[in-house]
Amino acid sequence: MTDSAQAIEISNLHKRFGPLEVLKGVSLTANQGDVIAIIGGSGSGKSTFLRCINLLELPSAGTVTIHGETIAMKSDGHGGLMPSNRRQVQRIRTQLGMVFQSFNLWQHMTVLQNVIEVPVHVLGMPKDKAVEIGEALLRRVGLYEKRDAYPAFLSGGQQQRAAIARALAIQPLVMLFDEPTSALDPELVGEVLTVIGDLAKEKRTMILVTHEMKFAREVASHVVFLHNGLIEEQGPPAEMFGAPKSERLKKFISSIH
Amino acid sequence: MSEHVPALPVYTPPKARSLLEPHRLFLIAVFAVIIFCIVWFMRWDWIPQYQGRLLYGIGQTLILLFSTAIAGFLFAVPLGLVQVTGPRPLAWLAKGFCTLIRGTPLLLQLWLIYYGLGSIFAQYPEIRQSFLWPYLRQAWPYGFVTLMISFAAYEGEVMRGAFAGVPKGEIEAAKAFGMRRFTLFRRIWLPRAIHRALPTLTGETVLQLKSTPLVATITVIDVYAVISKVRQDTYLTYEPLLLLALIYLCLTGMMIVAFRFVENRIPTRGA
Repeated sequence: MTDSAQAIEISNLHKRFGPLEVLKGVSLTANQGDVIAIIGGSGSGKSTFLRCINLLELPSAGTVTIHGETIAMKSDGHGGLMPSNRRQVQRIRTQLGMVFQSFNLWQHMTVLQNVIEVPVHVLGMPKDKAVEIGEALLRRVGLYEKRDAYPAFLSGGQQQRAAIARALAIQPLVMLFDEPTSALDPELVGEVLTVIGDLAKEKRTMILVTHEMKFAREVASHVVFLHNGLIEEQGPPAEMFGAPKSERLKKFISSIH
Repeated sequence: MSEHVPALPVYTPPKARSLLEPHRLFLIAVFAVIIFCIVWFMRWDWIPQYQGRLLYGIGQTLILLFSTAIAGFLFAVPLGLVQVTGPRPLAWLAKGFCTLIRGTPLLLQLWLIYYGLGSIFAQYPEIRQSFLWPYLRQAWPYGFVTLMISFAAYEGEVMRGAFAGVPKGEIEAAKAFGMRRFTLFRRIWLPRAIHRALPTLTGETVLQLKSTPLVATITVIDVYAVISKVRQDTYLTYEPLLLLALIYLCLTGMMIVAFRFVENRIPTRGA
């Protein structure tokens, strides 16, 4: 076990899709309580990078270490990597609460069933306890009244808040947000950002891929700017947005505003 | 913004039509006369005599329907699954099986299995002396197997589409939370696929009900066979057949209501 304050350490991550190299060696360390915002233009590799952390995309090279435990990888025989121990990956994934751009709630379950599914059927928590925790979480994200509704009957913002409650229910070490507001109508973005902002305030470790620059500036403790599969610049949000050093970041920020 | 906007024509919703409009009253009267004629002028006095056998026949039809549908569905799940997940040789095998069964008439399959397999079995003393022979000597196992295989092949195709149609993101979410592969299949993929396939399965089960009378051609006694017997005994043509139509209609209606109930337990919107 290394330093326990280190929640995630990613070193020299590469990802190739055929001839296209999307990530060209990205390293990132998140300490406990960090809120890291990853920004960058489309095609910069930021979503791919996030999905490599919990191995939804298999990196072509590099290591991922969660809470001091490095995910064991071996060669897949085609110049890439694959996990050498599926059980280890599954165990580590239960410590990472992922929130997707398109919510990905299970449509055949009610909101509450979605929230308690992983605690009960993956973590082996007794059902009544999971329901208790689940209802408390739904109250937090303001969906307690909707707990018996099916996802198809909720607005996008409500679905995303339910998805956040689902991710929180596993009591994750780190929360991963993959563009959580990009699929929402503009008027629904606020309610989701409020929930994420509250989580940031209570010093939850989070890695957040986002297009909401204003939000990133407010809640992030650290901002990473990805460009063409490499970290172009990183630092505290005030510096990044107030006094960007690299030309590309300057251009990117001015194109957003 | 004082531009003149032409007023839209006022929308008048169509008047709710009453049941008592003249042309409807006329049609109701015609229908009532037909029913009256059927009941009054046709011969129904044979029903009490055959009541017991008819109920037995209905029971046999329902047993045959549900046993083959349930067993067939259990085969359909792996048939659909391997076509989506592979491995390739298994997928081809499943595809070939579904194509073969779906591409040939059910009656032909039934006769091939009953007359073909049945006579082959009878040639082997090992089989004739085995504990299975008392069953293999009867007709219903062949009817059961044929109907089950047929249902499995059609539903295998339906389940293939249903498995493939479950949104990738939902599967991915289950993976991202560390779900094991079997748990993912049992908790997310399969129930989601069945949910998607339910409306189709309703229709297929109704079709299966209407395939069951074919077993009467290999001497299995279902409700159709009982009605045939009535026709032979009484020399009546229309009355037994009309009753048979009514029986199938009622069974279909009850099945559709039951399936709707199950479907509505998980409401869907849009899709």
